Amino acid sequence: MRTSMRRAIVPGIAALALALTACGSDDSGSEDATGGVEEGSLSGQYTIGGASTQEAAQTAWSVGFTDVQPNVEVTYEPIGSGGGRENFVSGGYLIAGSDAYLTDDEGELSDAVERCGGEDVIEIPSYISPIAIIFNVDGVDELNLAPETLAGIFSGEITQWDDEAIAADNPDASLPSAPINAVHRSDESGTTENFTNYLTTAVGDAWSEGVFESWPNSYGGTGAQGTSGVVTEVRDGQNAIGYADASQAGDLGVANIGVGDDFVAPTPEAAAKILDVSPKVEGSSDNQMIFDLDYTTAEAGTYPITLTSYLLACPTYAEQSDADFVKAYVSYILSDAGQELGSNEAGSAPLSADLEEQARAIVDQITVG
Amino acid sequence: MSTSTEAEPQEQAAERTPRRRGDAVFSGAALGAGVLIMLALAGVAIFLVVESVPALSASGDQAYGADNIVVYIWPLLYGTILAAIIALLIATPLAVGVALVISHYAPRKIARFLGYVIDLLAAVPSVVYGLWGRETLQGWVFPIYQWLHDNLGFLPFFKGPVTTGRTILTAGLVLAVMVLPIITALCREVFAQTPVMHQEAALALGATRWEMIRMAVFPYSRSGVVSSVMLGLGRALGETMAVALVLSASGVITINLISSQNPSTIAANIALNYANASGTKANVLIAGGLVLFVVTFAVNFLGRWLATRGQVKE
Amino acid sequence: MADLDKTASLDRDLQPLTNPQLPAIGPVLAAVVAWGAAGLVALLLGWNIAGWLVLGWVAFIVVLPAWSSAVEGKRSAIDRLVTSLVWSTFVIAMLPLIAVSWTVIERGAPAFSVEFFTSDQSGVIGVGGGILHAVIGTLVITLIATLISVPVGIMAAVYLVEYGKGNRMSRILTFLVDVMTGIPSIVAGLFALALFTLLLGPLPRLAIGGSIALSVLMIPIVVRSTEEMLKLVSNELREGAYALGVPKWRTITKVVIPTALGGIVTGATLAVARVAGETAPLLLIAGTLRSVNWNPFEGGMATLPVLIFSEATKGGAKPEYVAAQLERAWGAALVLIIIVMGLNLLARVVGAYFSPKTGR
Repeated sequence: MRTSMRRAIVPGIAALALALTACGSDDSGSEDATGGVEEGSLSGQYTIGGASTQEAAQTAWSVGFTDVQPNVEVTYEPIGSGGGRENFVSGGYLIAGSDAYLTDDEGELSDAVERCGGEDVIEIPSYISPIAIIFNVDGVDELNLAPETLAGIFSGEITQWDDEAIAADNPDASLPSAPINAVHRSDESGTTENFTNYLTTAVGDAWSEGVFESWPNSYGGTGAQGTSGVVTEVRDGQNAIGYADASQAGDLGVANIGVGDDFVAPTPEAAAKILDVSPKVEGSSDNQMIFDLDYTTAEAGTYPITLTSYLLACPTYAEQSDADFVKAYVSYILSDAGQELGSNEAGSAPLSADLEEQARAIVDQITVG
Repeated sequence: MSTSTEAEPQEQAAERTPRRRGDAVFSGAALGAGVLIMLALAGVAIFLVVESVPALSASGDQAYGADNIVVYIWPLLYGTILAAIIALLIATPLAVGVALVISHYAPRKIARFLGYVIDLLAAVPSVVYGLWGRETLQGWVFPIYQWLHDNLGFLPFFKGPVTTGRTILTAGLVLAVMVLPIITALCREVFAQTPVMHQEAALALGATRWEMIRMAVFPYSRSGVVSSVMLGLGRALGETMAVALVLSASGVITINLISSQNPSTIAANIALNYANASGTKANVLIAGGLVLFVVTFAVNFLGRWLATRGQVKE
Repeated sequence: MADLDKTASLDRDLQPLTNPQLPAIGPVLAAVVAWGAAGLVALLLGWNIAGWLVLGWVAFIVVLPAWSSAVEGKRSAIDRLVTSLVWSTFVIAMLPLIAVSWTVIERGAPAFSVEFFTSDQSGVIGVGGGILHAVIGTLVITLIATLISVPVGIMAAVYLVEYGKGNRMSRILTFLVDVMTGIPSIVAGLFALALFTLLLGPLPRLAIGGSIALSVLMIPIVVRSTEEMLKLVSNELREGAYALGVPKWRTITKVVIPTALGGIVTGATLAVARVAGETAPLLLIAGTLRSVNWNPFEGGMATLPVLIFSEATKGGAKPEYVAAQLERAWGAALVLIIIVMGLNLLARVVGAYFSPKTGR
């Protein structure tokens, strides 16, 4: 028993030490990582929160941030996008994470602007990750799916693995004659919203239910709680397929999705590319780096089913310490060290150089006011 | 304590007033504690009602995509009741048997120990049962479900398709384990209260032990057993974490016990969604909690009423 | 002729004064035969141990009554069948207890280490760290709940037994306490949540709220057990004290409660054990925190049950993170079970030490 305990601890410490030294050596002293706030000058406890998709990345960043500001303890509460926006507007959080950008459908954008003293609220894409179509099918190692086929599987139209539509996408695969076990999120989820948003835009009529955060019963399939629930259910189930944040797919098979005439695998690079080909939301301010993802893109090497989660912040804060903290923390996330940590620990696709520069320009203007 | 009772009488005459004040304070405190409990229970009801009111008008996105609150809660209530009924169907015969072992079959000395062991079942926290059901039990029952589906698939309960071990039947099994000690403890008391004269008379007339139990113990304790089952039902309805961890729910209404689509329960649904609930959604969940409160209240009320009625009849 | 027949039948009735019976070792023999035969079949068909045990059980249930039926007659056979079935229920009821204990020890013990008990999760990504914060949270929240519930519960029981004595108020209170025993734990959590939402705004996270929710669950248990114990105190003791001129409140505090103390402590300890493992209310109001927090009036607290739930359901970016989280969950489950079982054992010891004065 003694050895097994040691076996459990040692890699843990090693991994931690590695992670810490990795980001420590990269950035110490560089202007990028500190946001112009002197290293080690801040202290205190800060609680931020929001979308649970960002939890892994935010946890990593809060640990990595102690390299720059050792006396600051950041806690990220994974209470969901809605809760994050609510607490940001009410002033509970200085920074919040949200899977959806602010809109004025329910007056949230106006409320947020008001919370920021009438100035344009800052929205930066902080977590970009492909939503992988994970599968566990007897005798199938590689799977290609056109958007229409994918929609058919998840809407319950296609029920057998050896269906013609799937066979057409995969001429070489030996598909079993077995029922498809389609696994979906049973809880309310930004992943579901992004996934269905993609299907609605990409295939039109074949996906009639539209965009939703909670899966409707009429589409059937197995329900599972949370991303980990879907992953576990696909792994333990038979001939199962599901959608989940690619970073948590583990060793499960992931399907390539039809883009134009090609099939693209869900890599972080392919996911990050979609922000480059997508237009900014119409009428958004300079502080809002928000995008209407172009799901119908035919651009080669772009993975379209992508989850973009935003950080919400204000351009001005009433307290000097608050402004300094937000500036330092968001700068750290945008720094090379932060981006690398997010990518290693949470599978978040690093922002392209162009976008990173834009974001940094916005963050540099955070002041006290 | 004996010293104080001896010391009292000397002071008795002199200290009349302070003594009365002491009595008044103490009885006041006792009454206060009772009132506090009533207030707490009233508080539970009132807060739930107040926080549920905004949910009445919720619909669409605010009610998790359901048209209105009734459409949202009804399938959950169905799942809650289904899981509890499965649990009771499994647990009741077992509990009656175990209670008989302790009250009539096992030698007296061992019986007491066996009672403690069964109580240990109740001591395991529900979240541990949940973890066990999620990680271990689901793997054990999966092949059994496949067998049930292959051999009894013509029954609507086992129609399948069997894709997961985390079904409503598994949730019912875990719940059965959890309510078993409760029903056992209550049944045990009821059986032990059977008049010894009746039992000895039956044995003296040449009845076997089973005949004695059937003719002297069961008729006497019928209402007690029913009431203990009702109280077990109350517990099964409200159990949260075990179901939340075990079940892969999609919130459908079905009597198919081993399929990929399972009904969820009110309590588990609250636990799983509360962390992410904002705005009216929180009220929708609380409204579900209110429904659960009312149902368990009714079940417990019925159980207690049967218990007291049984006592009066004797 | 008729007479002869009658005597013959009389003879037949008289001769066996007792029915023939199976030897005392009969059930054991039947068991050996049943499981032996089942073992042969299982070996031949290549079944596993579970299959062998089940088949043997079925064989035993058939063999023993059949034998008994042949020797002892139908009524005894039924009696033996029922006896076997009744004892079987006990064995079946034991299976989950053994299975759960075994699994929790097997999967939880590897997590134990010095670090596991001396550090929290702050600054930990995936692997490493400990559960100190959750242990502290469970202790603090449960302790406060106990400090609220035990006095209130005991005083309410005193009211019921000593002052109320079947008046309208005490009947209502008894009924409400019974109802309260059946409140689902999640509803108690919603109550605390709704209360603090009204006081503090949306999504409150407050450890004291967890204590209040647990109190709602704990008070009725304390009331019931204390009430039972106070009722057992014989009236002679009370009357003796009154006869000596002792005021009622001193009689209660100095005579009645000390006499029943053993049972009261046992009941309270069992109540603590019951709520220490509660998850749902704490999940709603106390939340999850990754570091140690001693202050119940500010911020949430991690607790063992909630930690088990969140670690078991949380995904991770790497497979080894998920494995580490699961191991942490099982380790925490083992710690929680040790705490709860320890409290149960303590309650029994206390009960055995104080109690057997009253005739039961």
